[in-house]
Amino acid sequence: MTAHGPQTPHTVGSRPSRSALAVLGERALENLIRLSGVSAIFFVLAIFFFVFREAAPVLVSDSFSLKEFLFSVEWYPTSDVNVRYGILGLIVGTACVSGLAVLIAVPFSLGSAIFIAEFCGPRLREGLKVVIELLAAIPSVVWGFIGLTVMSRLIVAVTGAPVGVNVLNGGIILALMCVPIITSIAEDALKAVPDSYREAAQALGATKWQIVYRVLLPAAKNGLLAAVLLGVGRAVGETMAVLMATGHAVHIPRSLLDSVRTLTANIAAELGEASVNSEHYRVLFLTGVLLFLITFMINLTADLVVRGVRRER
Amino acid sequence: MAREPVAPVDPAVRFCETVAGRRHRRSEAFARGVFLTMAAAMVLPLLLLVTYLIVRAAPALSLEFLLDVPRRGMRAGGIWPALVGTVYLVLGALVVSAPIGVMAAIYLKEYARDNAFHRTINMAVINLAGVPSIVHALFGLGAFVYAARFGYSIISASLTLAIMTLPVIITSTREALNAVPQAFREACWNVGATRWQTIRGVVLPNSISGILTGVILEVSRTAGETAPIMFTGAVFFKAVQRGDLLPYGLNDQAMALSMHLYTLSTQVPDVPEALPYATAVVLLGTVLTMNALSIVLRFWLRTRKKW
Repeated sequence: MTAHGPQTPHTVGSRPSRSALAVLGERALENLIRLSGVSAIFFVLAIFFFVFREAAPVLVSDSFSLKEFLFSVEWYPTSDVNVRYGILGLIVGTACVSGLAVLIAVPFSLGSAIFIAEFCGPRLREGLKVVIELLAAIPSVVWGFIGLTVMSRLIVAVTGAPVGVNVLNGGIILALMCVPIITSIAEDALKAVPDSYREAAQALGATKWQIVYRVLLPAAKNGLLAAVLLGVGRAVGETMAVLMATGHAVHIPRSLLDSVRTLTANIAAELGEASVNSEHYRVLFLTGVLLFLITFMINLTADLVVRGVRRER
Repeated sequence: MAREPVAPVDPAVRFCETVAGRRHRRSEAFARGVFLTMAAAMVLPLLLLVTYLIVRAAPALSLEFLLDVPRRGMRAGGIWPALVGTVYLVLGALVVSAPIGVMAAIYLKEYARDNAFHRTINMAVINLAGVPSIVHALFGLGAFVYAARFGYSIISASLTLAIMTLPVIITSTREALNAVPQAFREACWNVGATRWQTIRGVVLPNSISGILTGVILEVSRTAGETAPIMFTGAVFFKAVQRGDLLPYGLNDQAMALSMHLYTLSTQVPDVPEALPYATAVVLLGTVLTMNALSIVLRFWLRTRKKW
């Protein structure tokens, strides 16, 4: 029971007595339920613990410097003479691909969210929501496959780039993956704007267009921001699609048609080759810790933004 | 001088729209058009992609493709071991995450009070859903494969998938529980039932179909995941007899559909074009069918609801 309703079930008077076993069983089950309730917290902590545990030894090793890890572009994990673990190229790769994806996805998702929330009838609305759900359900490996085959050919044909797997390809694929998430959260945010706002604006003679950008967007801006943030989180954390669609060059891209590698794709590509407990293996886990922290911060921010809205109302 | 008679207003004009009215209407139509285009831009890719994939896959798609094992270094034959492997992994994940997820949702809705602790749990659920899939893979590798000594196996992979999809089931179950009116619970308490009796006798029977929707959704989500199983139990290739229904033990490594698609499209040279397309179509078909099923179930529930 949450805030509403009585806090405890009725206990006054006598209950029909039950066997001790039944009472005991019930208590055991309730404890199990409580335990499951906190499992989410437990699992989040466990994820951090186990990933960090594998990564930790490298932090104290002499040959490793955190500064070089974060700010060097030299990533030569398997070199015989000059081993270097600099992930700046990967960080920039992630930033480029996710940035491009969000740039493409945001206008489309906000546009469709506005259309669904404000402009279409109930039938069409249900239909579009089903499509969004199905779009969101397409597995990332299928998106990656599409990027690798359909999209890369398209890009080569249109731009004349030497290879079709690059920043642009990854950006478009990620954008397609982010659109359903941003759209559905943004639509919820728009729906949460009280109808009285719309009616007041309409009574003043405002057009739908004016209502949207003078009333709805300002009123729902926190929810929309949270939607975009969650989209960013998804884009940063996506693995298979970018692994297959962005190519495999660890460097800072100079144009949209350069191949890059992202933090996630790097782990997926190299973990299989890194021998267990080697420095390379631990550095990959350290990258995982970094990814965990990045997405954690993004989600936390999104949550705080949304909670800000609730406090205002 | 006589005043000029006022020309009678033509009744057809009297009810015509004003200039401002026309501007209003046009701007509205324009806005609608703009947003409609954006929405269409979202729907069209889905239709185009599915059609394109099916067309490209058509030469290889057949019952034989589903039931045969991969041959000639995966350049021919079918996807049977991958199909069975996916079923194993999904069932394994489901057995673990469905009970925990449903109970967690029951706790959040029926037991927890609205305090900081409750909010922390909610936060954790959101964050668990936001953890990148590759980090889940690292966790599975560190926790299940090494720390728990399960090795690269179906168990490790299933457990990793289970934790990854836990938020799906918690969220959907909580929604199903929320849909049961508060008055039902109060009525039950008032006749002297305990909290658990109320849940078992009133809340669960009234929300079981909604919970089922969430479970189906979870199956669909689990079936498509690749990254978490890549390093915990899924392998590129595993020799399996044709038509073998139970090819794997729980401690074996297994092939999986999603992994098979990745392997075919990136690791194996000279694969006939249609094979990866056909694998993609089977995977996409499975996932979308599951999803559609859960959507249909939800619509059906909504029409049947009496309160």
